[in-house]
Amino acid sequence: MKIVDDAPSALTALDRPNSYIGRSVPRPNLARLTQGRGQYVSDVTLPRMAHVAFVRSPHAHARIVSITADAAKKSPGVVAVVTGAELAKVMTPWVGVLTHLKGLKSAPQAPIAVEFACWQGEAVCAVVARTRAEAEDACELVEVSYQELPAVTDAETALDPQTPVIHAALGDNLCFERKLDVGAVDKAFAESDAVVETTFVTGRHTGVTNEPRAIVADWNPGEQRLTVYQGTQAPHMMQDLFAKHLGLASDQVRILTKDVGGSFGIKVHTYADEMATVALSKLLKRPVKFVADRIESFVTDIHARDHRVKAKIGVMKDGTITAFEIDDLTGIGPYSVYPRTSGIEANQVVNLTGGPYNCPNYRAQARVVFQNKNVMCQYRAVGHPIAVAVTEGLVELAAAKIGMDPLEIRRRNMIADDAYPAQSASGLKFEKLSHHEAMAHLDSMMDYAGLRADQKKLRDTGVYRGIGFASFIEVTNPSAAFYGVGGARITSQDGATVKLDAQGAITIHSGVTEQGQGAEAVLAQCVASSFGVSMDKVRVVTGDTDNVPYGGGTWASRAAGIGGEAAWQAGKALRGNVLAVAGAMLQAKPEDLDIRNSVVVDKVSGTERLTLAELARVAYFRPDTLPPGFQAELMATRHYVPRAWPFAFTNGIQASYLEVDTDTGFVKLIDHWCIEDCGTIINPQLVNEQIRGGVVQGIGAALFEQCLYDERGQMLNGNMADYLVPMAVEMPDIQCGHVVSPTADSELGAKGAGEAGTAGAPACIMNAINDALRPLGAQPLTDMPFTPGKILRALGRV
Amino acid sequence: MSGLALDVTMTVNGETVVERVEPRQTLVDFLRDNLGLTGSHVGCEHGVCGACTVRVDGEIVRGCLMLAVQCEDAKVETIEGLSDSGEVADLQLAFAERNALQCGFCTPGMITAAQELLAKGGVPSRDEIREHISGNYCRCTGYHAIVDAVEAVAQEREKARGGAGK
Repeated sequence: MKIVDDAPSALTALDRPNSYIGRSVPRPNLARLTQGRGQYVSDVTLPRMAHVAFVRSPHAHARIVSITADAAKKSPGVVAVVTGAELAKVMTPWVGVLTHLKGLKSAPQAPIAVEFACWQGEAVCAVVARTRAEAEDACELVEVSYQELPAVTDAETALDPQTPVIHAALGDNLCFERKLDVGAVDKAFAESDAVVETTFVTGRHTGVTNEPRAIVADWNPGEQRLTVYQGTQAPHMMQDLFAKHLGLASDQVRILTKDVGGSFGIKVHTYADEMATVALSKLLKRPVKFVADRIESFVTDIHARDHRVKAKIGVMKDGTITAFEIDDLTGIGPYSVYPRTSGIEANQVVNLTGGPYNCPNYRAQARVVFQNKNVMCQYRAVGHPIAVAVTEGLVELAAAKIGMDPLEIRRRNMIADDAYPAQSASGLKFEKLSHHEAMAHLDSMMDYAGLRADQKKLRDTGVYRGIGFASFIEVTNPSAAFYGVGGARITSQDGATVKLDAQGAITIHSGVTEQGQGAEAVLAQCVASSFGVSMDKVRVVTGDTDNVPYGGGTWASRAAGIGGEAAWQAGKALRGNVLAVAGAMLQAKPEDLDIRNSVVVDKVSGTERLTLAELARVAYFRPDTLPPGFQAELMATRHYVPRAWPFAFTNGIQASYLEVDTDTGFVKLIDHWCIEDCGTIINPQLVNEQIRGGVVQGIGAALFEQCLYDERGQMLNGNMADYLVPMAVEMPDIQCGHVVSPTADSELGAKGAGEAGTAGAPACIMNAINDALRPLGAQPLTDMPFTPGKILRALGRV
Repeated sequence: MSGLALDVTMTVNGETVVERVEPRQTLVDFLRDNLGLTGSHVGCEHGVCGACTVRVDGEIVRGCLMLAVQCEDAKVETIEGLSDSGEVADLQLAFAERNALQCGFCTPGMITAAQELLAKGGVPSRDEIREHISGNYCRCTGYHAIVDAVEAVAQEREKARGGAGK
């Protein structure tokens, strides 16, 4: 294990000539984006392309009595007006369940509501026209008669007998329930010196990708093929689902994903309006485009994190944590989202709570209920921010109660760095984590003692600053344990095909996708390193199901750890193939040769023998000169899937230093630190920017972001003026550091880094605010987001 | 409603364009749909996110809050024009080297906004940079890298002008 700071690391054991592993090389494909010459789906236009706009339910729950479209059909430019009943003849409904989440149930969902609209914003009718503006004009002319039904909005009462059942066939409003009871929880609490009990609330919020969801579907009846341009994280998953629900074979569907304007888990799900767009293209036999506008994004992009967790911790005077207990309740809207389900988030809360600590006694209950609000599903760091807020909130409240320093209580309870492999009370298996090393690194990086001294001095002058921490574990590199075992056709393996072209350059085709995180750079770094060329000789192709190996795409921090390993192995395999050709040409043993900087060299002396350009020329244009019976293979494919561990857990710790204005309730963020251990770091700059971006997303959750609903299920702030997101002026600089504990499951040893920032930041901000206000006797704040109003109420000022 | 349409004449990235537009069409939709200049992006359509930031008669504006018909006789500059002229080449390079963009959707607007600040001369503080770009939403980076990139270019330009840089 070693500690690496912000600066690029020294070269590692993975180093070869042309090694880019561990180097902060810039992403090779950015100029087109800085010049505005990318191609996002919202930029795509095709011949004969029409645009769809949707009439959406204004009610949270209603029966659709009738739809009259005569006037709309006559509106200028209109191609078709299509109802749910009509589209149901083109596409079958779906149900978002997984068999390994036992008992999870949901109702069939159609691309357009057929009889009942179950949330405000659900599409009830589609209008297709020459332009989006004409489609929207005609939407206003569609007359829908609704019978409004009582809306189930409060998760707390969703299971009460007097509450209406949203889907009668399901019998009740319970989607999923999980209970866990490990060790002797009651005995542990009874024997504790102190018990802290409180309720944590994490506000329902959403991803707010800068580019809204966008799709262009092009059914070509002549080819009997569907080409879909989609801003998605999982092209092969979408290929499978579109084919399945349109009654096509998978090879009749091609998904093309070029630039995507932000994903964060938002674009890895099945959306009814996108399914409808595909079905409309099939129905109308022409390309149809849908781009969500911002209001549609707020009421239809998946929401997440709407949890209420009653939580309890027991501690001894010496700081030993004796038990954790949680009761999680979450309302996920009217449907479990297909195909990943809406049970995963609560399941993760149960799995991850207490994760960094040695504590054998743990009891958890999670209930996932239906309600008439927009659906919830997996968003960046699924479940982690909730579990970390609960765990770290409890730990700091317990520390305060027994008068112990918040780092000291962690030091006394975190799993020891030499105790691995280890297992959590909830059954998570950890190959190798580094909680103590990470915390020691944080302590010195932030000058903890110095900050405490500053804080004390300032308090004497009426300035209230707080220091908060959050340690965390993160699920990355998921194996089939995540979805495959539950029956979802979402692959956990990924592949890379690497080929040598006729000028000696390399092309990689990979099943992972680029969402801006730098996956293409990482793939190029891996192949350049394992094959032996400079990065400018490597081109990367992703996001085309006709051309890339079958793969899972980008989610759960898998692109570098899984896609990168496949690329690394494919590069090695191609090197072997190329050296076989070189051996045949040079009458040398392949094992005595190597490839360095696009030249075949003697492995020992480094003497140049043959350029790749010359080798390619001979292999492609003069194969007749190669020895009889020798066939050059200048393309290699390798796949990789984690097998030794269900997930490659990572760990880290964050700290926040902030100031609360006790007159206005405003929070000023002064500093933020994150130490993270994602195993081998392929590109330090990209890892750090994942962390920084993730931290700011977590800060948004802590301070600003919440989808507000009234009791009738109306979203009150579905626009960017009222739903606040972090902007540059409120955000701090963020300092990053690393500990490196590679996974032995792959040769690269890389784990994921995409969720760490978002996982820890909300808890960290919460703890810092409570630390700032503790001397004022404020009630601890546990209800996110921590708006100025809530802070002033906690201080008794309003 | 559609129906009424007007001819507008304006200069876009140095070219004179004459187009017939509906009065309701926003400038950004006009640039994207009529002229194919898709570097200006549509993020929120209500003036908050800044993805549609373009320059009109030397001032940056929200392309979603201005109508195409308001640009009669105006000089409009988009990221494509700023790229081709080389005016923001140093910012583009710094953004790429510092990884000050991830998905890149905010980047044309962000660079256009940053250029306005830097064109005033001097080396703005990090707080001033943050303040100036606080109308441009970036979900990916957390802003730190963007501030680094803008600050680095400000220092380089100051040095090139014979100033002290940092």
